[in-house]
Amino acid sequence: MIKLDLLTSLYVFMLAAFIGFEFIRRITPLLHTPLMSLTNALDAIAVVGAILLAGEHKNTFTTVLGVIAIVAATSNVVGGFLITDRMLRMFKASSSKKS
Amino acid sequence: MNIPGAENVIEFTYLIATALFILSLKWMSSPVTARRGVRAGEMGMILAIAGTLLSHDIVDYKWVAIALVLGSIIGVPLGLVQMTAVPQRTALSHAFGALCVTLVGTAEFYLRAPAVPRFMMAVLSLEVILGALTFTGSLMAAGKLQEVLPQRPITYKGQNIVNLSLLAVAVAVAVALVLHPEKMNLFPAILAIPLVFGVLMIVPIGGADMPTVISLLNSYAGLSAAAMGFVLDSKLLIIAGALDGASGFILSVNMSKAMNRSFSNVLFGAFGQEQITAAGHAEALPVHSATAEEAAAILAAANKVVIVPGYGMAVAQAQHKVRELYDALTKRGIDVKFGIHPVAGRMPGHMNVLLAEADIPYDKLLDMDVINGEFPQTDVALVIGANDVTNPAARNETGSPIYGMPILDVDKARTAMVIKRSMSPGFAGIDNPLYYLDRTLMLFGDARAFVGDIVRELGGPRQ
Repeated sequence: MIKLDLLTSLYVFMLAAFIGFEFIRRITPLLHTPLMSLTNALDAIAVVGAILLAGEHKNTFTTVLGVIAIVAATSNVVGGFLITDRMLRMFKASSSKKS
Repeated sequence: MNIPGAENVIEFTYLIATALFILSLKWMSSPVTARRGVRAGEMGMILAIAGTLLSHDIVDYKWVAIALVLGSIIGVPLGLVQMTAVPQRTALSHAFGALCVTLVGTAEFYLRAPAVPRFMMAVLSLEVILGALTFTGSLMAAGKLQEVLPQRPITYKGQNIVNLSLLAVAVAVAVALVLHPEKMNLFPAILAIPLVFGVLMIVPIGGADMPTVISLLNSYAGLSAAAMGFVLDSKLLIIAGALDGASGFILSVNMSKAMNRSFSNVLFGAFGQEQITAAGHAEALPVHSATAEEAAAILAAANKVVIVPGYGMAVAQAQHKVRELYDALTKRGIDVKFGIHPVAGRMPGHMNVLLAEADIPYDKLLDMDVINGEFPQTDVALVIGANDVTNPAARNETGSPIYGMPILDVDKARTAMVIKRSMSPGFAGIDNPLYYLDRTLMLFGDARAFVGDIVRELGGPRQ
């Protein structure tokens, strides 16, 4: 039997996937590269799982895995937001530029 | 740390972070609000991380702090790479994301085993299999994009069968583990096999297929993170993973449509099909060529010009010269727009970023579906470093390997001009009938130098 909290999780996943489809379908192809770097940075929220794993310090093996996982995910958070913003700063409309 | 009510505070920060993540994506829909979207994402991330650090379960902060600092130090240079290097940076970040998910999944298994409930074991297997194959697959893709690995696809007979059987074995082991989670020595197999599969999956893929591959790996990275959310019972992670997975999925579908590949073709990663080299009669046909002076004269007499850039423009680093051309033509009152094919470049939207970096206003960068209606009224279509995406054979030659692929209709413009190094066929080795049309002028030379010459003929980069 599937437990109730797992079922709730499945509902959450399904609803989030629908929201994702609806929002992302509307995003102009113009911004598909920054979109990918942004979702990549958001995805690095996995860092919270890694922080708990490393912080709990259950044993050396899992702590080492947790620490490497934090490093990997944090680099995505910092690098992902940084490059997304850099790219978006470059997008200017014609009206805003002087000739 | 022992703060009363901390667990409630943590859950609340996660709830706000989730809302901010969804708003972040919503604001990405337009260049006007997109930077607000980044702010929202950053705030959500900081809130969620700060909330997590309050957790009672954390007993040792030293290593967490060191890891956070180290990750930030690695992250900054990855956020400052050149715009031409964004595809490999993106592939690398997929690899890092997948690495995090795989390591956490592995640790969770050994903490819980042997008493892992069946559903938990199933999502845990999914997390580790997807994470591991995304990790090596993305590293391979990044290596090919950075050209430290050979870009040419490597294919052999029965490749798909080998790859799919490997994946099938991994799934079979996962099923065995779900049924008998106490057989802990099976676990390394669902780690090792996908790691190998990830490498083999990317081996047959060439540079032109990279937009699809990167999108697909993006989707896998998101789904593995969502699976990790199930394992840890974190709704925030499930939602972030689902959003990322959906985004990668939509982009993969877009890319496969733009290359006229079926969706199952994409799902199974079998993009590197054998290229049929049909360049037999190419040399015999005459072409019309022109000098920079002649090209400049035709451009100066035009009312409406559409520039079609391809990856060749990026390779030649010609985007800033193209910007000078845009300026010179606009100054003469000529209407200049850019027609962007979805798969131009090495990842979705890559060409737009490169042109935006060169200061070309984004409202002049038009998607294929929009610009195609304008070619019949266009005086000059100028193709710079693009080939297959302008090939009319895709529209009317049923025998052509790219038949059915949506293209930019540059052959419908009054004059088409193509800047190209030589007549040698492009990456896919398919001959392009566009080059032999009466209304087509071939401009032979390096894209950057040739555009620079045209700009000079038009009266200098700045007047």
